[in-house]
Amino acid sequence: MTFRPGTRGLAVMAACSLALTACSAGSLGSSDDAGASSVEITYLIGNQEQDLKDATQLTKDFTAKNPGVTVNLETRPAGSEGDNIIKTRLSTGDMTDVFAYNTGSLFQAIAPEKNLVPISDQPYIGDLDENFTKTVTSGDKVYGVPSGGFMGGAVLYNIPIYTKLGLQVPKTWAEFMANNAKIKAAGGGVAPVIQTYGETWTSQLFVLGDFHNVAAAEPDFADKYTKNQAKYATSPAALKGFEHTEQVHDLGYENKDFASAKLPDGLKMLATGKGAHYPILSGVVNDMIATNPNAAKDVGLFALPGDDASKNGLTVWTPGGIYIPTTTTGDKLEAAKKFLAFVASPDGCKSLASAGVPTGPYAIKGCQLGSDVPQSIKDMQPYLDKDGASSLALEFVSPVKGPSLEQITVEVGSGIRKAKDGAARYDEDVKKQAQQLGLAGW
Amino acid sequence: MTVTSTTRPRAGSKASPAAAAAGGKAYTPYKFWFYLPTAVLYSVLFLVPTFASFYYSLTRWSLFESKFIGFENFVTFFQEPALVKGFTNTLIYGAVTSGAKVVLGLLLAVLLTSRIVGRGYLRSVVFFPVLVSTIGVGLMFQVMMNPERGIINGALGVIGIQGPGWLTDPKWALLSIAAVDVWKGVGLATLIYIAGIVSIPREYMEAARVDGAGSFETFRRIVLPLCKPATVTVIILSLIGGLRSFELIWAMTRGGPGFTSDVISSVIYKQYQAGFYGLSTAGNVILFLLVTAIILPLNLFLNRKEVDM
Amino acid sequence: MSTAELVNHRPGRSYLLSAVAIVSSIVVFIIPFAFMVLTAVKDRQQAADLSFAWPHQFRFAQNFVEVVKARDYMLVIAYINSTILTVASVAGMVVLAAMAGFVLQRRKSRWNPFINFLVLSGLIIPPAVVPTIWVLQKLGLFRTMPGLILIEIAFGLSFCILLFRAFVATIPRELDEAAIIDGAGPLRLFFGVIFPLLKSVIVTVVVIQSVNVFNDFVNPLYFLPGDKNATVQLTLYNFSSQFSTQYNLLFMDILLITIPPLIMFLFFNRQIVAGMTSGAVKG
Repeated sequence: MTFRPGTRGLAVMAACSLALTACSAGSLGSSDDAGASSVEITYLIGNQEQDLKDATQLTKDFTAKNPGVTVNLETRPAGSEGDNIIKTRLSTGDMTDVFAYNTGSLFQAIAPEKNLVPISDQPYIGDLDENFTKTVTSGDKVYGVPSGGFMGGAVLYNIPIYTKLGLQVPKTWAEFMANNAKIKAAGGGVAPVIQTYGETWTSQLFVLGDFHNVAAAEPDFADKYTKNQAKYATSPAALKGFEHTEQVHDLGYENKDFASAKLPDGLKMLATGKGAHYPILSGVVNDMIATNPNAAKDVGLFALPGDDASKNGLTVWTPGGIYIPTTTTGDKLEAAKKFLAFVASPDGCKSLASAGVPTGPYAIKGCQLGSDVPQSIKDMQPYLDKDGASSLALEFVSPVKGPSLEQITVEVGSGIRKAKDGAARYDEDVKKQAQQLGLAGW
Repeated sequence: MTVTSTTRPRAGSKASPAAAAAGGKAYTPYKFWFYLPTAVLYSVLFLVPTFASFYYSLTRWSLFESKFIGFENFVTFFQEPALVKGFTNTLIYGAVTSGAKVVLGLLLAVLLTSRIVGRGYLRSVVFFPVLVSTIGVGLMFQVMMNPERGIINGALGVIGIQGPGWLTDPKWALLSIAAVDVWKGVGLATLIYIAGIVSIPREYMEAARVDGAGSFETFRRIVLPLCKPATVTVIILSLIGGLRSFELIWAMTRGGPGFTSDVISSVIYKQYQAGFYGLSTAGNVILFLLVTAIILPLNLFLNRKEVDM
Repeated sequence: MSTAELVNHRPGRSYLLSAVAIVSSIVVFIIPFAFMVLTAVKDRQQAADLSFAWPHQFRFAQNFVEVVKARDYMLVIAYINSTILTVASVAGMVVLAAMAGFVLQRRKSRWNPFINFLVLSGLIIPPAVVPTIWVLQKLGLFRTMPGLILIEIAFGLSFCILLFRAFVATIPRELDEAAIIDGAGPLRLFFGVIFPLLKSVIVTVVVIQSVNVFNDFVNPLYFLPGDKNATVQLTLYNFSSQFSTQYNLLFMDILLITIPPLIMFLFFNRQIVAGMTSGAVKG
């Protein structure tokens, strides 16, 4: 029996390399330390292209005004994966110094009173729009500043098609469907309604964007909903959203590739006149114009129509919030507060406006939309100016929001499930969320 | 726990032949402390969290606080309509993928051990997808399976077949993903079978040949039974993989359209994402029980057969 | 290989069969990869057609640069991270699993069924993510590369132990005895005699596990979050939302992260089969 030193060396080498790398690996990733004596804070944002552009612009302009502070960006996935990362990092005390996250029900779910630094005492709080501050308030304290403008959940429509066919902007669902029928009859391969289930979140607008109409018909729906007294399946007004989703499919008004198309496909169809209507959030307008410049004037917006023309109005989403976790302390906390103050100032919205087209009116006093905003954003203004012609979306007035709505609306909009059944299913879905939050009555 | 248990009974253990040869003392060169690093790592990072998850499955857990609620999570989970679908889907997915891998893997292995032109090329090309990232494969096939513009339906269109919406038609979504899973995983099954076939002693084949057995006879009488260990490995590995499968489904459909291609692990993941940590952990426990209930008896059964031979 | 050739011992059929096999392999395996490569070098508009057409213009360099530069060279950092992660965790798995598999096979004790059960559970049980994070945090290892390396080792051990145990069974005990008579202690017996003999199965383990670790997506996402710590699979995931319809860039990224496994494969192709077969032959 002889020993072979060569292969024994291999084993030793393997063991050593383990020990070595285990010590040094962690530091290799973070390569870009700015060597200044300044304070450095890290800002966590979603990884969507526009979020990134906005944040880059904001941090650049902020540092120009505050040379002592450097803001580094870090991104996270969007959607529910992102929710999960936020929760995990907060619960493990591992959050960045500043982070952007949703307002409303998702904000409530991250236990703000325990995890976030309140900013109620800051001088700029009075300048924030009340509709916004309501959605970042827990207990009696305010925790966040707006990271952008309001958004409308509405129907974007192709103006040239409307002009060509002599159509009027619909105020009721019946008018809307009549328009769809005419568009379909006119032929030319134009889809009356664009749906893009390749990105499931886009399927929810007929339901979520209809909330103004629900609230108009049943003013106490949100309250009762929170208390487990009102349900989507049993409230005739709320059920409409699901029925509308179903009708559009059953009458064959959707684009042919609705099941696989993605958001950019849908925006392209709308901008180029291959589709007439696209129920979506006004936050996507910027993307649409970036790839189809003509859409700035060719695409308009109207609120989702309901039953009663006189009560028709826009469902509004508040901007996302920017928060400071309790794990930020000392110099970094001061720097983080400065950053929030900058974002909540008119300089902040100027900075945002230079990064891209606004998604809608800003939530900060002293911030005006420029005159060159796209037609679709302009179309939001009349709804907001008129009393009672806009409402916050349900997720901002009730903490109850189920996670599976997008799958359910895809099923209803693809003819896999009936509207009533879908609504009932969503009511079940919501129950778990309410129990998780420990709400009374569930 | 293995740490404490394995270091104790040194004196009491039986002497191995080697020990006897070494001088008759109760000496063994096979020290239990060889387990130590493995045991520590495995206990701390796997067993402890697993046992903690049993507790957390009985709570309503928001990560910030947990409240003990008994078996309510399990009740909720079994009322979840998606679970019934996810449950059957998991079984279908596991059975289809592992069945296909066994059959195709064996056939390919026979082919690739025969005298065939381009054998090295074929082996490489079959095995290569095993190495590509699951997410990458998922995204790639998602594009190719696009119902209107994808190249698969494009090719079918050329020969006059209207292909279905592979990932968007509820009837096809799960099977399409299973097909991609097989495409990606069959190389490993083939490799295991090749190893099995190559190890069959030459004399058996020669004897069969002398007896005048044809290719098929040889395959049925010799290759098939002697490849049993390989079959066991392929079945067990691909079934575990299939029942736990998640990444490919997530990359391709996220359980959609609607809930039609959900499996248990994607349901669990969605509950987890939604912040229902207790509920999701309960789902984890259910999946664990399901996989164990299938794999353990199967493993015992298959291995007993092997011994009988 | 010659034994196996006897299975199909009518040489006449081979040519037809070969032709069929090669043609179907091209359709089933080559075309998808060709599609990936072609899409990766197209321009954005043409890539959006999703067709198998020949590129109007080859934009390999531009697409390559664009993907590499995206997010402050995130892909480069990710490559470094993934390499460290893969090398360290696979080395750990090999050494630890070989030791455990060796003793598990050689030493029969009443604990063996229990240990075997634990090994098998490691293969079956889906790891519980959040409690694991909690444990890592207590150890101060959460969000660190060593932490993730240990996680990968812990989750990969079961499979490796099974392979090593099976392979050790094929090594005659007489070798051990001879070494002991020569005066080898347990460590020298293992690292000096046994470990070198495991070479072929080590190659198998290294190839399979490095592919697993390199391609792992879920564990880095949870145990090593943050862009600066991104691994290559996370870049793919990030890019798939950022480049959601820029298929040329998305496919360029897929192509780039497929290259390391490809190199590994070309390098070890022969040994993989040899490793698995030599184990089976002696068994």
